[in-house]
Amino acid sequence: MTANDPSPNHLQLTRDGQLRHFLTLDGLGRELLTDILDTADSFIEVGERRIKKVPLLRGRTVVNLFFESSTRTRSTFELAAKRLSADVLNLDINTSATSKGESLSDTLLNLEAMASDMFVVRHSQSGAPHFIAESVTPGVAIINAGDGRHAHPTQAMLDMLTIRQHKGSFEGLKVAIVGDVLHSRVARSQIRALNVLGAGEVRVIAPGTLLPRDVEDLGCTVEYDMARGMQDLDVVIMLRLQKERMEGALLPSEREFYRLYGLNQDKLALAKPDCIVMHPGPINRGVEIESAVADGPQSVILNQVTNGIAIRMAVMSMAMGGQVAERQQKHSDHEGARA
Amino acid sequence: MSHQHNDSLKITGGTLFDGSGTETDNPGLLVRNGRIEALGSAAVSASAAQEFDASGCVIAPGFIDLCCNLREPGNGQKGNIASETRAAAHGGFTTVCASPETSPVNDSSAVTHLIREGADSRGSVRVLPVGAITRGLDGEMLSDMAGLKNAGCVAVGNGSRGVRNARILRRCMAYAQTFGLTVMFSPENQALAADGYSHDGQVATRLGLLGIPEVAETAAVMEMLLLAEETGVKLHLSQLSSGRSVQMLADARKRGIQVTADVAMHQLSFTEEALAGFDSRFHVRPPLRSEADRQALVAGVRDGVIDAIVSQHQPHDSAAKQAPLPATEPGLSSIESVLSLGLELVARGELERARLLSALTAGPASVLGRNARLAEGEAADLCVFAPEQSWQPSVQTLVSAGRHAPVLDRELPGRVRLTLVAGRTAWADPA
Repeated sequence: MTANDPSPNHLQLTRDGQLRHFLTLDGLGRELLTDILDTADSFIEVGERRIKKVPLLRGRTVVNLFFESSTRTRSTFELAAKRLSADVLNLDINTSATSKGESLSDTLLNLEAMASDMFVVRHSQSGAPHFIAESVTPGVAIINAGDGRHAHPTQAMLDMLTIRQHKGSFEGLKVAIVGDVLHSRVARSQIRALNVLGAGEVRVIAPGTLLPRDVEDLGCTVEYDMARGMQDLDVVIMLRLQKERMEGALLPSEREFYRLYGLNQDKLALAKPDCIVMHPGPINRGVEIESAVADGPQSVILNQVTNGIAIRMAVMSMAMGGQVAERQQKHSDHEGARA
Repeated sequence: MSHQHNDSLKITGGTLFDGSGTETDNPGLLVRNGRIEALGSAAVSASAAQEFDASGCVIAPGFIDLCCNLREPGNGQKGNIASETRAAAHGGFTTVCASPETSPVNDSSAVTHLIREGADSRGSVRVLPVGAITRGLDGEMLSDMAGLKNAGCVAVGNGSRGVRNARILRRCMAYAQTFGLTVMFSPENQALAADGYSHDGQVATRLGLLGIPEVAETAAVMEMLLLAEETGVKLHLSQLSSGRSVQMLADARKRGIQVTADVAMHQLSFTEEALAGFDSRFHVRPPLRSEADRQALVAGVRDGVIDAIVSQHQPHDSAAKQAPLPATEPGLSSIESVLSLGLELVARGELERARLLSALTAGPASVLGRNARLAEGEAADLCVFAPEQSWQPSVQTLVSAGRHAPVLDRELPGRVRLTLVAGRTAWADPA
């Protein structure tokens, strides 16, 4: 017996199925994900112009609400918003605000008083963007820029864009995600995206201590042995390993991890010759990936960064479009009721 | 208790559940001077100052809750004895065991007296305090258990908090056994539970929530059963959440260990899927586990391995639940919905109604060494509910200060029409 709808679509989609928030890939179908990729493709061209601006969010205020610091993700969101002609406010509300006793609800009330149109939220707690989407004034779009271990949907979508650019389509692709899946919001969103877009096989490669329980239910197979896991791969995605993982008795040492699960040229040679190497960054050279591989011909790590701006432009413009359409719909419903 | 005294009241019609497990037609039940004076044919001809027509209703002994948080003393923003015992009466309960997790903790006779005095002056139902087994519930030093017992504590426990290690747990049990005190523990291995707040299973994996593995409970159950066996203490395992615990409990009983157990109603009605939309109401501890666990717990109640169903009522102010799920406080405002959720299980064929009612009456009574019967000469603690009538929990209908009830968006079966405590009206349905 379930208490509520397990998919968050009532929250992130309008009645017509348009995006109005972007919280998670759970519950979003192939058509919508493809639409995001196609929209992003059209924005890539904007980044190549001399004047890198389109007026889609002109007059709108976007607030980057980062409860957890991240220079890179925040910068790409900021650039994306600016290229869409929005006004951007960056707020780093790290734990100091919370330690002063102000609750997240109170913080939000204050920010809403500034008449913002969109919050880009990064938070260390899983579900924080959901909570914010449930509590903000209607009309304000929420974009998840990474929450706890839950989801990082824009990162997963920029990875999908990168894969599509190099492989053409997802049909039959064999993709492996290697490393700390347990703590990774990126991996959860990637597995979901790859399944929806029709990848042939998604493998996770990690020791048992770095895998969540019943991880197969997310739509992947598990491989403990990296040499076996690298066979026939089209795409290998390396995850970042946090140094503190040694302390909780999850791993014995960085050295052993690198020996078993680090990507070097020998292991990469076991994959298909045109296998691409990805990493959501920031990379730990010599911990999860060898420099020769990270900087090598099969690496598409820098393409990922470029694609990040286009994906974020796509998601921001689509969510704002959904909010506007919904407001117009409500307005006409209201008029209809009055007539 | 400051309620209207029904000098004499005759309840006619309806079905009588007498506490022994059988249901019979009710020709008449006469309450006078706080007691059941006559039952059956002897009551038919008797006249009374007031009559209550219980047609279509079930008349049962008042429900007994082994685990309830009244939030007094110290947490007035979440609830108090007046509001929460009135909520209990609305739920058909006439006796609640008050958790030691108050502020200050109920680890001294002074706090026990404070709770009892509050219940006497402002309570709608009987309140039986449970004392803290360790000082401050810190899990480190023994509390004055003999003093707590003398002051009126019916058992000792550690609330939802753990005891530091097995050595202290063993000494807690040995000391409580000295005074014949029942120890109530919610089994959780703290090292295994760590920072978790959800069941370590499919939903936690999907949503990236920090899990509490099932083994955090079963490892603690095993340890507690072995220590109870060794010390000879009467052990009551509170708020089971794992199906495997039920099997371990049944095996321990077969070995002759004195052990009883309860389960919270929400564990019988909901699973980990309730968290799927990050719904902080269902942040409870122990966490809601898998459907297989839920079914095994229901079977445990059905087979009598689990003695009692409890509310594990934890009223909160809205701020405690208005945050991202991991930052919220655990607990449901549940006591008003226990009967209704149980009747849903009955309607789905998962549980016999008589078994549900005994798990709310005779079962918990026997854990406390009491009885819960509708019989001549017994105190008139009873509830009358209409199983076919429904109600919808909402801000308007809920009595508890906590508004985070498990069901808020739909009608529930089972309406409590009348609750009597020692013959006094503790709840009368305004409808």
